[in-house]
Amino acid sequence: MSKIKSNRLKDNAFKYFGIFCTFIGLVMLAIFIGNILIEGLGRIDYDFLTNLPSRKAAKAGILTAWTGTAWILGLTAIIAIPLGVAAGVYLEEYGKKNRLASIVEINIANLAGVPSIIYGLLGLEIFVRILNFGGSLLAGAFTLALLILPIIIVATREALKAVPDSLRQASYGMGATKWQTIQYQILPAASGGILTGIILALSRAIGETAPLIVIGALAYVPFVAKTPMDEFTVLPMQIFNWVSRPQHEFVINAAAGIIILLLITFILNGIAVYLRNKWQKKVNW
Amino acid sequence: MKKLLANKVDAYYGDNHVLKDINLEIKENSVTAFIGPSGCGKSTFLRMFNRMNDYIDGFRKEGQIIIDGKEIYKKKVKVEELRQNVGMVFQKPNPFPKSIYENVVYGLKIQGIKDKKVLAEVVEKSLIQAALWEEVKDSLNKSALSLSGGQQQRLCIARTLAVEPSVILMDEPASALDPISTSKIEELIDSLKENYTIVIVTHNMQQAARISDKTAFFYMGELIEYDNTKDLFTHPKNERTENYITGRFG
Repeated sequence: MSKIKSNRLKDNAFKYFGIFCTFIGLVMLAIFIGNILIEGLGRIDYDFLTNLPSRKAAKAGILTAWTGTAWILGLTAIIAIPLGVAAGVYLEEYGKKNRLASIVEINIANLAGVPSIIYGLLGLEIFVRILNFGGSLLAGAFTLALLILPIIIVATREALKAVPDSLRQASYGMGATKWQTIQYQILPAASGGILTGIILALSRAIGETAPLIVIGALAYVPFVAKTPMDEFTVLPMQIFNWVSRPQHEFVINAAAGIIILLLITFILNGIAVYLRNKWQKKVNW
Repeated sequence: MKKLLANKVDAYYGDNHVLKDINLEIKENSVTAFIGPSGCGKSTFLRMFNRMNDYIDGFRKEGQIIIDGKEIYKKKVKVEELRQNVGMVFQKPNPFPKSIYENVVYGLKIQGIKDKKVLAEVVEKSLIQAALWEEVKDSLNKSALSLSGGQQQRLCIARTLAVEPSVILMDEPASALDPISTSKIEELIDSLKENYTIVIVTHNMQQAARISDKTAFFYMGELIEYDNTKDLFTHPKNERTENYITGRFG
């Protein structure tokens, strides 16, 4: 009897421990977001979004920062999506499943875990110096594209793995080539999963700061970038810059900037969740 | 006239010797059934006629498969052309997750045929041939996945017919279907044999007896007996054939 009692006790103890752990995470997040909202929400207005940075906190805006983030987001997507999806398709559909393939697979998974500052150093050497892009949007976008490439490759492979083999067989059986099968059947069937992976990867890219600092993105850019070769700043850099100022007004600006950055990431993640749910419902083999 | 010919065919999956010295001839415009217990190699053999085993890692074959006098495993044979001529219907209905119309025209689209009028004609003709037209003619744009299993399988047959093959391979086409759908498929096979050479793998011996002209019995990778269906089921020459068709094993 006492054994059952103590087991029960342990069971309950673990349940409350679990609740406590979940609670800590949620409370921290709530305090953080609440604090940011209280500090920064009042600061967000039309001028804040359309003003250039300034030495005077009340006049400073995030125009260059959010346009820089938009540029980086777009360029990174253009570079990383074709490379990542094509590599994923090759590895999953064309590549032979041998030892070399499993070594490649493990290393791609490892790449996804490499600290982002290392990618920054790689970008500094290759894009900024060797290819002579300077501290431009293009150098930043290539660096971030490298950073999220492993994520897109892995997501693409997982989505392709989920496509049933009967679909491939049906297409081959009709006399389709491998590429026709991939183009007309497999990619459309896997598109939801691939898209989800891409969006999650991009939402990671726009939050990155360290690699961009390394390649020389500037904290103070008094103009909006017009071409990919222009120098730039991004939201996280602007926030970092403001937080490190001693005046409290700039901290308020930082809070407002954080709200905008969070908003963008939440929207991207929301789209990813929506697509994933829609895709899971549609694909019912 | 002989349509298909297997000449001293051996097949392997890695070290596994799955087909042993198979010799067999199939006449044009006939229905041939392959029967035998699971793992006897009949599906592997069927899939050699349109080279669907090519994608399986470790698959290797010896001997020749000859269709219309041509060896199909030669280097210069285009496997895509071969599969347009030798269509295939699978065990589980596997329509594309697209509309009924898109399913039927797929084989033509990948050949580059885009003329809407031609496509519409082919869709109607193929669906009529597959005895599905009356049921779906008003809903060609509906998803193929909304059809019942039996309808899906007839759609898969229509899709195969659309590219005008001369041979149709069927790998247990009715094993996932209910009895009514099964009898529809069987009627369909009977009507198709006027114009097509049909090879069907089946686990259902009554089905083999009902629809086929000739039957081949496979056991452990060997072709044990190949004869007119009537003779094979009434007077099997080999003891193992007799044991199998009377249900003593398998």
